[in-house]
Amino acid sequence: MNKHAAPNLKAEKIAGGVATDQRHDSAHKHVSGTAVYIDDMPEPAGTLHGCLGLSSATHATITSMDLSAVRTAPGVVDVLTAKDVPGENDISPTGRHDEPVLADAKVQFYGQPIFCVIAETREQARRATRLAKVEYRELPFVTDIGALDPKKDKLVTPPLTLKRGDAATAIRQAPRRLKGKMRIGGQEHFYLEGHIAMAIPGEDQDVTIYSSTQHPSEVQHMVSHALGVPSNAITVEIRRMGGGFGGKETQGNQFAALAAIAAKKHHRAVKIRPDRDDDMIATGKRHDFLVDYEVGFDDEGNILGVDFMFAARCGFSSDLSGPVTDRALFHCDNTYFWPAVHAQSAPLYTNTVSNTAFRGFGGPQGMVGAERVIDEVAFAVGKDPLEIRKKNFYGTSGDCEGGRNVTPYHQTVEDNIIQRIVAELEQSASYARRRREISAFNANSRFIKRGLALTPVKFGISFTATHYNQAGALVHVYTDGSVHLNHGGTEMGQGLYIKVAQVVAEEFQIDLDQVKITATTTGKVPNTSATAASSGSDLNGMAAQNGARQIKDRLTDFAAEKYQVPRDQVLFLPNRVRIGNQEIAFADLVKQAYMARIQLSAAGFYKTPKIHWNRDKGEGRPFYYFTYGASCSEVSVDTLTGEYMVERTDILHDCGRSLNRAIDIGQIEGGFIQGMGWLTTEELWWDAKGRLRTHAPSTYKIPLASDRPKIFNVTLADWPEAGEPTIHRSKAVGEPPFPLGMSVLHALSDAVASVADNKICPRLDAPATPERVLMAIERLKKEAVA
Amino acid sequence: MAKISIRKEIRFILNGRDVALSSVASDATLLDWLRLERSLRGTKEGCAEGDCGACTVLVGKLSAGGLVYESVNACIRFLGSLDATHVVTVEHLRGVSGQLHPVQQAMVDFHGSQCGFCTPGFVMSLYGLWMKSSNPSNADIEKALQGNLCRCTGYEAIIRAAHAISSYGKAAEDPLAAERKAITERLEALHDGARVEIGSAKAWLVVPADVDDFAAVLDKEPGATIVAGSTDVGLWVTKHMRDISPAIFIGNLDGLCTISEDKGVISIGAGVTYTDAFATLAKRIPAMGPLFDRIGGEQVRNMGTIGGNIANGSPIGDTPPPLIALGASLTLRKGKKRRTIPLEDFFIAYGKQDRLSGEFVEAVHVPIPPKATKFAVHKITKRRDEDITAALGAFFLTLAKDGTVAEVRIAYGGMAATPKRASSVEKALLGKPWTEQAVEAAMAEYARDFTPLTDMRASAEYRALAARNLLLRFFAETSGTREPIQVSRHEAA
Repeated sequence: MNKHAAPNLKAEKIAGGVATDQRHDSAHKHVSGTAVYIDDMPEPAGTLHGCLGLSSATHATITSMDLSAVRTAPGVVDVLTAKDVPGENDISPTGRHDEPVLADAKVQFYGQPIFCVIAETREQARRATRLAKVEYRELPFVTDIGALDPKKDKLVTPPLTLKRGDAATAIRQAPRRLKGKMRIGGQEHFYLEGHIAMAIPGEDQDVTIYSSTQHPSEVQHMVSHALGVPSNAITVEIRRMGGGFGGKETQGNQFAALAAIAAKKHHRAVKIRPDRDDDMIATGKRHDFLVDYEVGFDDEGNILGVDFMFAARCGFSSDLSGPVTDRALFHCDNTYFWPAVHAQSAPLYTNTVSNTAFRGFGGPQGMVGAERVIDEVAFAVGKDPLEIRKKNFYGTSGDCEGGRNVTPYHQTVEDNIIQRIVAELEQSASYARRRREISAFNANSRFIKRGLALTPVKFGISFTATHYNQAGALVHVYTDGSVHLNHGGTEMGQGLYIKVAQVVAEEFQIDLDQVKITATTTGKVPNTSATAASSGSDLNGMAAQNGARQIKDRLTDFAAEKYQVPRDQVLFLPNRVRIGNQEIAFADLVKQAYMARIQLSAAGFYKTPKIHWNRDKGEGRPFYYFTYGASCSEVSVDTLTGEYMVERTDILHDCGRSLNRAIDIGQIEGGFIQGMGWLTTEELWWDAKGRLRTHAPSTYKIPLASDRPKIFNVTLADWPEAGEPTIHRSKAVGEPPFPLGMSVLHALSDAVASVADNKICPRLDAPATPERVLMAIERLKKEAVA
Repeated sequence: MAKISIRKEIRFILNGRDVALSSVASDATLLDWLRLERSLRGTKEGCAEGDCGACTVLVGKLSAGGLVYESVNACIRFLGSLDATHVVTVEHLRGVSGQLHPVQQAMVDFHGSQCGFCTPGFVMSLYGLWMKSSNPSNADIEKALQGNLCRCTGYEAIIRAAHAISSYGKAAEDPLAAERKAITERLEALHDGARVEIGSAKAWLVVPADVDDFAAVLDKEPGATIVAGSTDVGLWVTKHMRDISPAIFIGNLDGLCTISEDKGVISIGAGVTYTDAFATLAKRIPAMGPLFDRIGGEQVRNMGTIGGNIANGSPIGDTPPPLIALGASLTLRKGKKRRTIPLEDFFIAYGKQDRLSGEFVEAVHVPIPPKATKFAVHKITKRRDEDITAALGAFFLTLAKDGTVAEVRIAYGGMAATPKRASSVEKALLGKPWTEQAVEAAMAEYARDFTPLTDMRASAEYRALAARNLLLRFFAETSGTREPIQVSRHEAA
């Protein structure tokens, strides 16, 4: 079955080019259990296993650490502590030196790694870990940000302020104004494959690390710092992750560093795979936020000025909290034009695990804040929230002169299509008719109430750290015409590898099966950016295209010269090349080029144009473009218990000219459900001692198949294309669908509001667990009577 | 008693091969054995607590109805519990020439995988379903997948694939169906009526020959851990690394797996799984059906037992409150001696039950409520399915001819240190007319009966409020209203 199929030299189109539906490249391996994840790789003989020893105090100095019983436990080879870190005991990704590999003398959250047991088997390492006797002198701690002052209390990184116009005056002079506060919960990534690293020592200072990471280059740099060796000694490789979602952007550093340290110390391969509980306790999550808002508006519901404070629980270190809280502010407008706006962030220090990247990277929290403001205004003026939404949308590109297109960070929105997206969805989801039906239903139903909401999404594409917007690729064409593709992006299930392969197949005009996808490794493409910010196919697709084009250019030059035809008479047709009046197989041209000593390998490169950002001024064009979408959800709610069901969801989403609709639909469906989970049943809960008590699927509830909407219609808008020359005019798809889940929160809110005749804003916080829903119902019933 | 022969090895079939293991630790899990000893790494560890389903495999066993394959969680399934079974892993699905199985091909064609890590588990769960039902409904599929978490796809693509499996092949032509006779014969040959004993002293593992043998072994070794479905004991090992030796594995004891009905009382052997109890209970006491559909996921229901749910004494076990409300009784056995007590009396305090050293739960006896009796059970959780109870209420009510409450039993889980009756509420209702006013008056009595806790599942306030409201729900559903009373996933069949 592995016989190499001969390409069709008469085909009108290649098999598997861009804008075709292709299966995930590994689908057949996923279903048969043959897709290899790091824990499935054969271990080198003598592989050792590590297990982290975690702090059992929330904030304390370590007064004594007796590890003698650990060291003498069966199978234990070594116990690493902070002093065993040969280089710098730091893995802070932004260089703020606030995150040790292993805590030394002081612990700052319950579950912080303080030692690492290395043993012959994983089981022995786990058992030995429990024998440690650690004594602490407890210090005062804070786990919840509710008690903190965002303007005075300790921050982990400098805050950001965005302002345009004079918000204070606009609010003061507005005919109406109101203030409120919203709590938005965090979220555990719950990638099905937990963190893992396997380090294999090489000669000299070398070490190769297989790491479940979205950011191999950063793992490389962190390991090199921790070992005190140059980056060129470290190679990091990852073929695939079992899910990432941002949770493996920086959080894999610790496991990789410890595995590498132990591997170099003992000259044996070392694997560290934390169990699910340790993974959930010791690695960061989505930031939870407290949002204070004040809004000025008129009687029609036109918003005139907004003031936001986005306070975030960042945990004990900065990690990515700076850019995450920045992105919350970048999305505090969602699809709305704020005529005057003032928005601040407060990345607060807490004695909890350091929060990190998670799909949307703060953006969804900003948007949830914006949508709460819309709801408040709608209830205040007594109108359907959808009407208020539409009233306050950014202007379309046609009315740029009207001035309703400038964001709080002074970027002009040039590609707005939200009006059309929402209008089409409103129609296809029969919003108006269902609104009437639901009112009638609720009037006649005592216990069960229905709710409906349609919420829009606008998501900014590009890393706001401008230098991250670059990518590299390595393309080899072998003499048989087959292609070896490598790039800096990582595969975590999102279908990046297949999309980039489609781009390369398209470029060479060869069938997709001629392109071999290979594992991401720092040895092939250096200095890569994290596969994050939805940027994977935008950046790596362009870099790979660039690499392929370089080779294609050389082939064209070669063919033109050899066959004595002008360059423009060399055409790459499906699996063949037309040179003047003759056609030869692509493979034959390649062979001829090789014989003529033409270089058939190229390093591709891409950097996103046009973008710039001045953080001090809060001005610039941080985003290359925006992507848009909207969702409409209907729920039913039990007013006795707060239990609910999503009856139906309709989504219309923009992926530009999609590279692969099948993959994009999967991203949208999955993103929506993940966003819905965040806002509904996924609740992180710390006890009074500062311990996270939801650290396994038995206590932390992500959506099940039976939680998805009973009716679920997902449509890709077939008309938009990217306004900028992105890779084949496609748009990014990783994060933008995630906040589509907001429609469920707002539908729940709508159902809750019906118990008070839709006159009081329910101020339903997230996650809207059945408990929060019921408590909101009770509150509204009381307020309605009062 | 006939002399029991003793065998020193566990024997089962792994995919196509016979396996005999003479050195097995009590706490050795099937998952670790597959991955580490057999290098079968298609089966994944996602949570090691039976919640995510990444480790799903099928286990075939001979039962009254012949050879049955059920999905189970390999992460919390002990090797000791596999004697005389057929273990089927994802590696067994591909055809001899490497072609994908219909379940696999459907998953590929409908884009049912993204990161792929949960996928082998989904494939196995869908395979188990497909063998039972080649044209499943949405409800069937969702139920079969309650124990499988996917974080990437949002499930929609997987559901589409599940509906399409039969267009790729016929269940009757499936290899497991084709080999059925041969496997049945091989399994019958493994059922030799022997007691399995491996190791000695602390590291001692026993699979008794039958219930009498179990009673005798436990009487001699009263400190042993009794392992039935291991949906709880499994976590003692994987999460807490507790030493469970010596351990007695009773999951295969036919004598504990019987369900019978006599004079309006259903007797359920302690080893009957939720899945096996469902058929009878859902039919004879219909209100129990929807509850059973919300206990664990399919894999847990295929493993977990009613006896275990009672015997472990948890205040949040889902079966004790309804069984108490139904007036169930419990038979306990020590050696040859049996005693039967009201189930309610079994629960003494948190972590303390009325079970003597060397005694075990043998059966529970459930009176079928008379036709005129109203009975309901309602479970409240953060997530609807596969979630542990925050509060669960069970209601049993008989009205006199004049419409007053003649008999009432209300029992709750999650509201106290044990499954507990709402005796003040009952008292307030007894003899009163069954009206909303009387119900509302009784709702005020909850505060006397329960002082619930706040934990990660729910706050004390929510538990108190929701528990109280369940009485109103019960009233509404007995009042014949045509309005919807609960949110529902699937319209009633």
